[in-house]
Amino acid sequence: MPDKMPLDTLLASLFPAGHAVTVADGLITGEGPLNDGRLAVIGIDGDTALGIEGACLLAGRVLDVVRAGGSTPILVLVDSDSQRMSRRDELLGLNEYLAHLAKALLLADAQGHPTIGLLYGHSAAGAFIATALATRVLAALPGAHPSVMDLPSVARVTKLPLEILQDMARTTSVFAPGLDNMVQTGAVQATLDPDRPLGPQIAALIADSPAADTRDALGRERGGRPLAHAIAARVVREAQGA
Amino acid sequence: MDWKPVALSASPLAQSWYEASARARLAGLLDTDTFEEFIGPEQRMMSPHLPLFALPRAFDDGMIVGRGRLDGRDVLAAAQEGRFMGGAFGEIHGAKLVGLLRAALAVKPAAVLILFDTGGVRLQEANAGETAIAEIMRAITQVRAAGIPVIGLIGGRAGCYGGGGLIAGTCVRLVISEGGRLSVSGPEVIETNKGAEEFDSRDRALVWRTMGGKHRRLLGAADAFADDTIGAFRAAASAAIPAAPAFDLETLEAEQARLAARIARFGDARDATEIWSRLGVNDPDAVPGLTTEGFDALLDSLPEGSHDAR
Amino acid sequence: METLRFRHATTRPLPGTRPSAITGVVASGNLEVLLERNLPPDACHVEIDTAINGYAEVWAAVVADFVARRQPGGLTITINDGGARPDTVSLRLAQGARLMELP
Repeated sequence: MPDKMPLDTLLASLFPAGHAVTVADGLITGEGPLNDGRLAVIGIDGDTALGIEGACLLAGRVLDVVRAGGSTPILVLVDSDSQRMSRRDELLGLNEYLAHLAKALLLADAQGHPTIGLLYGHSAAGAFIATALATRVLAALPGAHPSVMDLPSVARVTKLPLEILQDMARTTSVFAPGLDNMVQTGAVQATLDPDRPLGPQIAALIADSPAADTRDALGRERGGRPLAHAIAARVVREAQGA
Repeated sequence: MDWKPVALSASPLAQSWYEASARARLAGLLDTDTFEEFIGPEQRMMSPHLPLFALPRAFDDGMIVGRGRLDGRDVLAAAQEGRFMGGAFGEIHGAKLVGLLRAALAVKPAAVLILFDTGGVRLQEANAGETAIAEIMRAITQVRAAGIPVIGLIGGRAGCYGGGGLIAGTCVRLVISEGGRLSVSGPEVIETNKGAEEFDSRDRALVWRTMGGKHRRLLGAADAFADDTIGAFRAAASAAIPAAPAFDLETLEAEQARLAARIARFGDARDATEIWSRLGVNDPDAVPGLTTEGFDALLDSLPEGSHDAR
Repeated sequence: METLRFRHATTRPLPGTRPSAITGVVASGNLEVLLERNLPPDACHVEIDTAINGYAEVWAAVVADFVARRQPGGLTITINDGGARPDTVSLRLAQGARLMELP
């Protein structure tokens, strides 16, 4: 697997003329120039778990962009752990905080601020859903490795031997961790070229981004989700029948 | 705390929500004989993935979707069967709810009801389930933006965990019962990853106190507390339909303020009882034992009421 | 996983006109039974997908007993089994037949 691109290398490629993006406690916030305008940036760096404080802070930055008006796009950079697993986070309602962050991104996109996810490291579970998967277009850099759950944990839960799961993972994309499998399900729409400047590639993603959610159609074309698109379409048809 | 489901009864409305199957919940929740299922079990749209794991399939993949009426209003409804694969989201299970939400944009029902009963993503179909959850959340915000309330009902045996908890947080209103648990990481997941000193999953009182219906209602994470009967969920769901807040910047800014204030006010609390005490509950230790009537009276006595910030 | 198929002749059709019914849930020790009225009145087909291998004879006996008692002519019965005991299977089959007989 290729190495993960470090955040400072990524930002330098994205904003060759400089930027105002900073990282504190693993949370990325700021902005930089893109074409004739600006690109707002939020995200998670360093395999950091997303807890209530982080989700609240990032959602606040997204809402700041919406409140300011205009059409500034929002880039969500992700190299995270899963959601923070703690009694305190759950006591205080982590599900609300993660959902709030996702809703903020979905509102921003609906109100004319295109949202683009860029997965450059790890991500998993609730943190993945609340950030990268809540964008209109999700791209990844080689070296990214999203997972819902690692294979040893899957082995524990399913009570199947790890060797068998590893064999199955080679031919079955639907449960196996890794970037290629998330591309096949349609969750990750595009993989970027790390050797070319990222700014124009991000700008092209924004220009080409579909208005509707096309992830299940992509999953069918790529074979990672053979039935989802047809099932959803059939429900719509039956609901519209007399 | 003792949580006892009510006894099975001849009247559908008096049946325990917790004990009932997803089909029985739908049948009792909606006006009598109005539920019409989409992609019914006779179509046999079953998981193409479970046979690889030598696991049995279900005709409806644990997700039942369709239309019906609630107090005469046209609604769309989805119900998860928590006993099949823990109600977890797989490819077909998730896609049926995605389709129902997309259908709502076309047929414009008075509401979409989601009867949660889920442990989260089905690991055997993890990537499909995770992606479906993201599609569902996006679709919910679109349905809400079109002025159609999406209402979640939580009281099943699997609770509402993992991605199900995130979907619930995207709904405009949530009804929860004592038996409903709402959370991201479940007790066993926290214990497995962080140890029993972080979360002792066998301490059932701790589980209910941290993730259960009463705590979620007191915290503002749910909007209504219902008795564990199909009739109580029916009444609460019907009451939740009118006057649901819009999905717009104002609502999300109010939620931002609500959630930021919660961290400032309760961020150092070590237990739910400490939070309840700061909310103005005089006898926090008595909360788990309160009847629904007593609990509703307690809610009425507290300074914080309902909110439109979700 | 194992798939079992049984074909029986019956002396009469199952009463009622309901086209289909479903009962039970696929879970450990439980099963779901889908009944469809789509065969000639003197035939009953039963197909079982079971998680537990090696019990074909037990299934054959439970199904034969049900057919003999209820004479479910006209029905295709399809079962997804999560490892139910024979008494649970008999109960679900009887519940299913009763649902099909409802007016």
